[in-house]
Amino acid sequence: MENLQALLADGKQAVAQADNVKTLDDVRVQYLGKKGHLTQLLKGLGKLSAEERPAAGAKINEAKEELAAELNARKELLERAALEQKLAAETIDVTLPGRGQQLGGLHPVTKTMERIESFFGSIGYTVEEGPEIEDDYHNFEALNIPSHHPARAMHDTFYFDARTLLRTHTSPVQVRTMEQQQPPIRIICPGRVYRNDYDQTHSPMFHQVEGLLIDKNISFADLKGTLEQFLRAFFEEDVKVRFRPSYFPFTEPSIEVDIDRGDGKWLEVLGCGMVHPKVLEMSGIDPEEYSGFAFGMGVERFAMLRYGVDDLRLFFENDLRFLGQFR
Amino acid sequence: MKFSEHWLRELVQPEIDTQTLVDQLSLSGLEVDDVEPVAGQFSGVVVGEIISAEQHPDADKLRVCQVSDGSEEFQIVCGAPNARAGIRVPFAKVGAVLPGDFKIKKAKLRQVESFGMLCAEDELGLSDDHGGLMELAADAPVGADIREYLKLNDQIIDVDLTPNRGDCLSLVGMAREVGVLNKVPVAEVDCAAVAPQIDDQVEATLVAANGCPRYLARVIRNINPGVETPLWMQEKLRRSGVRTIDPVVDVTNYVLLELGQPMHAFDLNKLEGGIQVRMAEQGEALTLLDGQEIKLNADTLVIADQAKAVAMAGIMGGEPTSVTSETTDILLESAFFAPLAIAGRARSYGLHTDSSHRFERGVDWQQQRRAIERATALLLDIVGGEAGPVTEAVSETDLPEVAQVPLRHDRVTSMLALEIPAEEIVEILTRLGLSLEVSGDRQWLVSVPSYRFDISLEVDLIEEIARVYGYNNLPSRTPLAELPIAPKSEALVLQGRIRSHLISLGYQEAITYSFIEKGLSAQFDDQHEPMALANPISAEMAVMRTTLWPGLAKALQYNQHRQQPRVRLFEIGQRFVPGDEGLQQQNVVAGIICGSRQPEGWNGGSDKVDFFDLKGDVESLLGLGSCADQFSFAAEPHVALHPGQSASIQRGGKTVGRIGALHPSLQKSLDLTGPVFLFEIELDAVIEGQVSRFSELSKFPESRRDLAVLMNVETHFAQLREVVVAEAGEHLKQVTLFDVYQGQGIEPGRKSLALGLTWQHPSRTLTDEEINSAVSAVVSALGTKLGAILRD
Repeated sequence: MENLQALLADGKQAVAQADNVKTLDDVRVQYLGKKGHLTQLLKGLGKLSAEERPAAGAKINEAKEELAAELNARKELLERAALEQKLAAETIDVTLPGRGQQLGGLHPVTKTMERIESFFGSIGYTVEEGPEIEDDYHNFEALNIPSHHPARAMHDTFYFDARTLLRTHTSPVQVRTMEQQQPPIRIICPGRVYRNDYDQTHSPMFHQVEGLLIDKNISFADLKGTLEQFLRAFFEEDVKVRFRPSYFPFTEPSIEVDIDRGDGKWLEVLGCGMVHPKVLEMSGIDPEEYSGFAFGMGVERFAMLRYGVDDLRLFFENDLRFLGQFR
Repeated sequence: MKFSEHWLRELVQPEIDTQTLVDQLSLSGLEVDDVEPVAGQFSGVVVGEIISAEQHPDADKLRVCQVSDGSEEFQIVCGAPNARAGIRVPFAKVGAVLPGDFKIKKAKLRQVESFGMLCAEDELGLSDDHGGLMELAADAPVGADIREYLKLNDQIIDVDLTPNRGDCLSLVGMAREVGVLNKVPVAEVDCAAVAPQIDDQVEATLVAANGCPRYLARVIRNINPGVETPLWMQEKLRRSGVRTIDPVVDVTNYVLLELGQPMHAFDLNKLEGGIQVRMAEQGEALTLLDGQEIKLNADTLVIADQAKAVAMAGIMGGEPTSVTSETTDILLESAFFAPLAIAGRARSYGLHTDSSHRFERGVDWQQQRRAIERATALLLDIVGGEAGPVTEAVSETDLPEVAQVPLRHDRVTSMLALEIPAEEIVEILTRLGLSLEVSGDRQWLVSVPSYRFDISLEVDLIEEIARVYGYNNLPSRTPLAELPIAPKSEALVLQGRIRSHLISLGYQEAITYSFIEKGLSAQFDDQHEPMALANPISAEMAVMRTTLWPGLAKALQYNQHRQQPRVRLFEIGQRFVPGDEGLQQQNVVAGIICGSRQPEGWNGGSDKVDFFDLKGDVESLLGLGSCADQFSFAAEPHVALHPGQSASIQRGGKTVGRIGALHPSLQKSLDLTGPVFLFEIELDAVIEGQVSRFSELSKFPESRRDLAVLMNVETHFAQLREVVVAEAGEHLKQVTLFDVYQGQGIEPGRKSLALGLTWQHPSRTLTDEEINSAVSAVVSALGTKLGAILRD
């Protein structure tokens, strides 16, 4: 039986010396395989007497188990080491930039329009759109601006012919809606408008959002409340709001709205008023039964105030260095 | 409308300072654009009299003057060409401070001592005139402080009036407003009748009475044209931005500013016979005061004598009959021209005058006599002469009517959401010159004065009440409304979603002009003649786009010229396509890509984009509406696109869009670095999708077979796919193209396409035999229909 002890010691040493799973596997075969050294010893038990056999068998099995335990422990160790090595080799620089498309972005004018739409959308206004090439009737006549009205001079209209023009405001969309629909009407009309004027502070094409609310018992107070709330929501500030009498042929009374964002300066930001009874009548709405208000604002102006853009022309140059500043 | 605060305060005296006055005007609807002092900040300047002026011994251009301040004489060296003995001029004494904090000290000019300075207008900040010393009136009080004497502690207030407020285009009108706002009385201008001293009259006939319902004329003879307009009048005119011309014109301008009545004076001796107010004959000639020769249109009202047109009524007088320095006899005109007869006419000749500005907006049709009396009195005072009686031609039926407007107190209350006491309503309207008569319970009938052309409805009155009450003093509230749920179609893709999708794909939204250059338009679309603007800003913005591509290509060019090699832009907007069924204004979504497939990086992606990069983006966009299978792409040439890389996008047999590579020659002419790829799709085609529909998931395994097919290069994948789908049986789930190869190992003119076909049955496992027979059907149809064979 000295032989057993020596074999076990040799086996243990072989296990300890195995430095990879493959070698370790060879050791397992060499000692514990069908023809392994320890298995051979079991086969030699036949030569012993029946009394000796159980004890000797038990010893050999003990030795086998002991070696198997060592083998397993060693295997686990080697496998863990191998995994660790593999993981270490797979380590990357996680600060390298990621792959794929860069995020694009919304134009600041669209971004501003979408915000304005969302405020009014949340209180039941729906978005209406209309043609940009308009007829004289919808752009002017139906809005109480007959052909020789001095207010036409304020509009610097682009014409195609005497009756066809580029809309100078999105108000014709309001007219088209009123023609189609009886009150209550709550709409917001965003879109491109055009005026024949081009300098540092005027663009021949720009964007407006106009709103219209017509219902029973709509008063000047409703107009004031709506716009005060909108302006504070838009700027996310407690802006001071001032209402100034003005003149638009399609509203009466007409109002210009100024805000003061805390620097003591009044800035004109939008025009509005109570819808003129003639405008209601022309579109088939009874001004004795219904009243309403309309308002309109220049989107570029709001975008400039909101994002601090200082040059109107930037909006239409489509310079990626400018556009890329908005997502 | 510009005016002097002093002048205003001669008519109305509210106890408020300038700033309060200005704020008050702005908040009542008369928006003040600007307030500026009439003179610069200075002190220590008095009226000086030049006693003598001698040549400087040592300088050609200088004079040595002895100047009196009334008590002492000072020696002043002066370079002004008009420095001469006897004139009175502004004299800045030693210690005076001129505008710009310029202190006057004792000085020596070329060895001669000078104790102060004589001033030109610009040196006092009165004007830009540096033509010489400012010459004061001969009776200017020597020694008096110039600021006091010229009333320079005054402001010029510039009000930007809206077109409805023609009644405020005068000092009297402004004063009336200020009186209302402050509840103080307003002085009347003295317009007492001037008794005629001679009998001369000129007959006036109203041929076009609806354009000119009232015309007054008066002869004044023997005036002295050599007289100077008095300083006080010159100053008032100057502070209103009106230049002094001669006393007659100055008086008419003065009355225009004071009362708002435009007037005209003719040289009586250049008129031939009586006055006629008539429409011009088409092409009739008239030389205007500004020297322009005009061919008149028949829609223009003119003042004519028996021979010719002598003035464009209410717009500008004629040059041949105008008052000159030789004129001794004049005919004064004070008329009411109807706004509609004047509106737009001045503009049609490229003119705009103080007179046309007022007549277009409406001039008080009851003040012509007061104005002519006022002007006569001023003229007789200044230029002397004898006035004849006033001739008046009037057509009562053509005059406007005094509007009678009903006003309901309840309506005021409901519109303003505030009950304003009846007394206050009456007070406001009465001060504005309206008269009220009670016509029922809480109702009035309001008569509108002849100077208010903007009041004809109840709301106009409510506006007046609200305006004077103060918009900021009125309540504000949140509107109350019913809140029904609005229908919202799930099948429609929201525009916002389309935008976000493209943004996620790396596109930046652009907004380009709707009008473009005509030549550029033709390069991108040779099928449509674009709508051309009659009055474009420039040739670059002359026609309406029929596609968004030119704008996007220009934006690409702009960015490439600024070292941006990788560009991905999209735009959503209208295109304007004329056609047989009229103009189509269609919303489209369009995009352009150029440069590397991915942003420059450490990790590849630097290959240039190709057709399929863009097509992939477009396909994913078309998939938003859950009906991608309704779209197809067909090779189709287009003028702007590469002939071999150009497709139409179809939906239901209709072309809804296009995609392709920008034609290399167009790319070159636009100075673009390519290749460049473009798409454009009708927005409705993207928006109109369908609601998703669940279909049962099969529990049974899929079977897949891969086929490599050899076919002619001209044969399209779409044809191949069509045959496969038709032949592979109803349980074919998917066709995947996983390789396309052309080149070595394949004979020229042929290409190899590798397909993966997947079958699945909903309720059982498909047998090998079934799959094999489907594959053979496909293979055999490919052979007969497309000449395609399986690759070994």
